[in-house]
Amino acid sequence: MGENKKVSRRKFLVRGAVGTAGVLAVGTYLFRNPIRRQILAYANSADSPYMGSGVEPLLWFELTSANKIRLYSPKVEMGQGTFTGMAQLAADELEVPIAMIKVVHAPSITGNIDSFATGGSTSIASLWMPLRELAATMREMILAAAVENLGVPKSDLKIKNGVIKVNGEQITFAELAEKISEWPEVDTPELKKISDYKIIGKSVPRVDLDDKVFGAPIFGMDVDIPNMVYGAVVRPEHIGATFITADVSKAQNMPGVLKIVEEEDFVGVIAKSFIEAENAKHAIKVTWDAPTNLQLADIENKMKVGNGKPTIIQKNGAEISDPEVQMEFTTPIGAHAQIEPNGVVANVTEEGATLYLSTQVVAITQKEVAKRLELDTEKVNIVPTFLGGGFGRRLHTPHAMQAAVMSKAVGKPVKYFFSRKEEFQHDMFRPPTHHVLKANLTDDGNIAHLQHDFSSGDVAIDSALLPSALNSFLGADVGAIRGGFCQYLNIPKIRTTSWHVELPFATSWWRSLGLLANTFAWESFMDVLAEKAGKNPVDFRLAHIQNDKSGERLCNVIKTAAEKAGYQDTVINGKAMGFAASTDAGTPCAQVVELSIVENQIKIHKVTCVLDPGLAVNPDQVRAQCEGAIIMGISASVFEKMTVKDGQLNPTIYGPYQMALLKHAPKEIEVILLQGRETPGPVGEPPLGPIGAAIANAVYRITNKRLTSMPFQEALQNM
Amino acid sequence: MTINFTLNGSAETVTLSDDMTPLLWVIRDILGQKGTKFGCGKAACGACTIHVNGEAVRSCSYPIKFAEGKKVVTIEGLGTLDNPHPVQQAWVEKVVPQCGYCQPGFMMATAALLEKIPNPTDEDIDKNIINICRCGTYYRMRKAIQRAAEIKANELIETSKTS
Ligand code: FES
Ligand code: FES
Repeated sequence: MGENKKVSRRKFLVRGAVGTAGVLAVGTYLFRNPIRRQILAYANSADSPYMGSGVEPLLWFELTSANKIRLYSPKVEMGQGTFTGMAQLAADELEVPIAMIKVVHAPSITGNIDSFATGGSTSIASLWMPLRELAATMREMILAAAVENLGVPKSDLKIKNGVIKVNGEQITFAELAEKISEWPEVDTPELKKISDYKIIGKSVPRVDLDDKVFGAPIFGMDVDIPNMVYGAVVRPEHIGATFITADVSKAQNMPGVLKIVEEEDFVGVIAKSFIEAENAKHAIKVTWDAPTNLQLADIENKMKVGNGKPTIIQKNGAEISDPEVQMEFTTPIGAHAQIEPNGVVANVTEEGATLYLSTQVVAITQKEVAKRLELDTEKVNIVPTFLGGGFGRRLHTPHAMQAAVMSKAVGKPVKYFFSRKEEFQHDMFRPPTHHVLKANLTDDGNIAHLQHDFSSGDVAIDSALLPSALNSFLGADVGAIRGGFCQYLNIPKIRTTSWHVELPFATSWWRSLGLLANTFAWESFMDVLAEKAGKNPVDFRLAHIQNDKSGERLCNVIKTAAEKAGYQDTVINGKAMGFAASTDAGTPCAQVVELSIVENQIKIHKVTCVLDPGLAVNPDQVRAQCEGAIIMGISASVFEKMTVKDGQLNPTIYGPYQMALLKHAPKEIEVILLQGRETPGPVGEPPLGPIGAAIANAVYRITNKRLTSMPFQEALQNM
Repeated sequence: MTINFTLNGSAETVTLSDDMTPLLWVIRDILGQKGTKFGCGKAACGACTIHVNGEAVRSCSYPIKFAEGKKVVTIEGLGTLDNPHPVQQAWVEKVVPQCGYCQPGFMMATAALLEKIPNPTDEDIDKNIINICRCGTYYRMRKAIQRAAEIKANELIETSKTS
């Protein structure tokens, strides 16, 4: 290879055949995008970039002797279908059938881990360019190797269906790999035209479908390794409790107990079985300094707009001093309630540490463990597993560090996971919010001046997830302001202020972040104003959308939703429709809910959802994400609520923490996908925006009363 | 104490100091079958649903001592890739799972329901399938349950034809 050979945009590591396995490993360094772009990306607009770990080289593909291609994913699969989308992107450029590709989680030793996280609906959007380029490059490497080895010109070669065709003969990738010791280096080729793709854009079944239907042990909770024992950690029951002392004398002598670990920041017990570890944990008497007077009302008072630190995020108008219309809305504390509890298997030996877990933050977990054990980062291998739900909950994994400490202390692998009570008490909750909206109308019934002040606890602020430069937008919390920007830019004067309130318990990222709460407030208020103006809610919205590209996409989802659902603002046979729309991270979405109220219970019959995610890599999976988001949104807005009593967060079990069940899900969900741009955009969170407001707007039609607080079922009872 | 039962057709004998140990942990940690999931440990989510003598049971709250002499079936014993249970076939056709963690429990609950009510109405489904899915796959689940009933009915017709 010539020294002065033009270096391609991406630099590759090429390894020859390894052993008999015939491994072709493709790795790359990726550009780091300028910080500037990332701030914007997280703020509300563009797609978040893929950020490489900086470890060199990053392993992406492996060719196995069975002629399968292993694709190491820097993103984790938590149900959102990312593995399937990735397999599609790669298969199309590699010219192989999708069944030839096996997507696996990249362990951190491969270096191919995202230094941020999996979250924010960014996975496929951010991998769209790099993954196709890598796959195309691998294809060219294989072709170049075939030219060298078979001694035929490239024009005689063709890759089809995963084999190399040459003059009527054929050879598989694996057979070729066995013949060569060194893979040729090639430049990144041109990508195929989007219109030439055969797999991208198709509704292929999920690649993890069989594993999930036949009960394969793929989750963090399912990891077993030889000699494994079980750990448990004592946790306080009260908010803000600080540890004083622990009496472990009784626990020490309980059956199965191997060791008690007393650290400065936690007390753990290690036993032979899970049940024995749990029993011993309950026998440890800990003295906490715990305030017991905190009540929900204290939190609600604290949350009031005006109490925290304000940041104006949208301003082309003054404060409204004498509003014609004014309303307030609130949303409660929400729990993640993912079904697989947080857990980990840690194996710390002389050589280093290996941890298996469901996590959205591989790189951060690796650093936390390395720091605590005083190991070099490379000595800590994080092996991500499939997640039994993420929703933002697994952006925080201090239990990994605790398990590592316990494993080191006992000299064995330790498995440790949360009880359901611990999941509820120690969640990193969706913060409660409070919204004040004010408006003045023009004489002809348009909005002249609109103001929204909303307060929220931490979402991104103080989170370890983003470099500190990234978690604020002009000082506002980038998570809390998701959905906080007014999307009707034709309104002459708009003023939006985000108020940041510090809460005594941890709050963080919950699928769609501030979008659920902010859209509930914005879009309920739009219906209020439409009524005041004497206009149809759909026409009223359309009249306030600006004339540009994003305005056009928003208009299209709104018009299509109204048309497909046959939207009308009258009640027919006890059934009413509610309309709402939102724009999240560049993806507009409009929804029409059809519901009735039976024995004072909200009964949702149908939801029509129109989403414009740009190019849908897998339309069926985009639909699945919409259906899931709609049902999760129904659950959160109609049923769910955490409360605080005498210093404790409650409830601590499903049931009392009421969630939507199968019977609450609409029997009809119609999802229509528009494509207002060429490339894929965010999908997993945007459809959580409109659902709350759409329900509230429909309930208003029937009851003539406005739901101004979530959960709606409780608000309805109190009306 | 020693307890004998069958798990997915094979005879098992386990010895435990605590005969109140939930069956879930015996299946997962002693017998190593991980398809049955832990979600809450309090019979509140259904992730751990299995069949004991054909009945849907939440195994996290089922003491091992009650399993003596009984037939226990888990997702691993419901069907295989080559020979799927109608419920699994329907689940594949309708592409139900998202994260997948709750799904074995739902499939086991559905399989037990179809044994009792081969052709369940929406009300039957609402009343009997009360597990929790956080990913919100309920919409496809209902379709899959109805499809499973259809596949099962067709299988019955096929068998009665050939016999
Ligand atoms: S784990 Fe058994 S019902 Fe939740
Ligand atoms: S598929 Fe994730 S909880 Fe049901």
